Amino acid sequence: MTTVQAETTIPTGVWKSDPVHSHVGFSVRHMVVATFRGSFADFDVTLANGDGAPSLQGAVRTESVQTADENLKGHLLSPEFFDSERFPEITFTSTGIRADDRELIVDGELTIKGTTKRVEARGDINGPVAHPAGGERIGIDLETQVDRTDFGLNWNAPMPRGGVAVEDEVTLTVHLELAKEEE
Amino acid sequence: MRVLGISGSLRRESHNTRLLRAAAEHLPPSVEFELFEGLKDVPPYDEDDDGDLAPFGVRRLREAIAAADAVLIATPEYNHSIPGQLKNALDWASRPFADNVLRNKPVAVIGASTGSYGAVWAQAEARKVLSAIGARVVDAELPVGAAEQAFSGIRLADEVLHAGLAQILDELLAAVAERQQLAA
Repeated sequence: MTTVQAETTIPTGVWKSDPVHSHVGFSVRHMVVATFRGSFADFDVTLANGDGAPSLQGAVRTESVQTADENLKGHLLSPEFFDSERFPEITFTSTGIRADDRELIVDGELTIKGTTKRVEARGDINGPVAHPAGGERIGIDLETQVDRTDFGLNWNAPMPRGGVAVEDEVTLTVHLELAKEEE
Repeated sequence: MRVLGISGSLRRESHNTRLLRAAAEHLPPSVEFELFEGLKDVPPYDEDDDGDLAPFGVRRLREAIAAADAVLIATPEYNHSIPGQLKNALDWASRPFADNVLRNKPVAVIGASTGSYGAVWAQAEARKVLSAIGARVVDAELPVGAAEQAFSGIRLADEVLHAGLAQILDELLAAVAERQQLAA
């Protein structure tokens, strides 16, 4: 039996996200007591590590935001939230990547609604493993917190008995399965 | 480019309708201005009537908004808020919500009242409602108080308000221009 060993370094090569087995999501405190989760269906992420200076780049199409209610989706795409007409993409570009055993720390610039902020995302990296159909795969999980109002996503509504409908702090989470590009 | 003006006041001698006419004078010749005159024909919102064929007055409203590149609303203030007929029209216009005719539509709100505050709270309420509907709302107001004395002929008598109206219209037309560039 083969055991997958954790790598202590970021594997070389160019790795592209597999959209079927990857997930880009967010969660935010809702109605004071609950956690609301949403996700984006259309995104692509590339990890490139050719010369010992790895980089991670991602783009998310805001129109692809997924919720269980089309009216909520309509509100999220409107100028009050993502303003998808003017800002069709959320982008991330790393400025530094550190891996310690499986732990992964990625510094980078996150652009939402035309505003760019520095963020630090933490998580882990696993693999590579051989895919039964050929090629290699790695897994990356990352999470960071942002204040949505820093990016101009300011909508809110006070609750009748205190608190607000949606908190400002939002957790962004990516679970990525990346396939190695043929060299 | 086409701008649709909607006055929240129905009466013939409405200060807000007059304010819209003053606004129209600011627009460049290339911009066509239409004053919507069917607000009184929009029936009370009833979901039972909001099917494949909405009432005639509603279809007229929706078609007028859809045909416009931008909407300019002038609202009076009733009890610190917008008149029922204006809210009712916006509610009809907002349906079906996900792709309603106001979605991403540049909209500006101005207002006049006979009191000293110039319908400033009604304008804020209208912007809130329009934002919830998904319109691209100009974040500015034009509170025209003491409306009986506010006009000199077809224009606003006060120079600050006159310039403020021009500024709001500039922002409205800039939002239209940005949309047209994005679509090109």
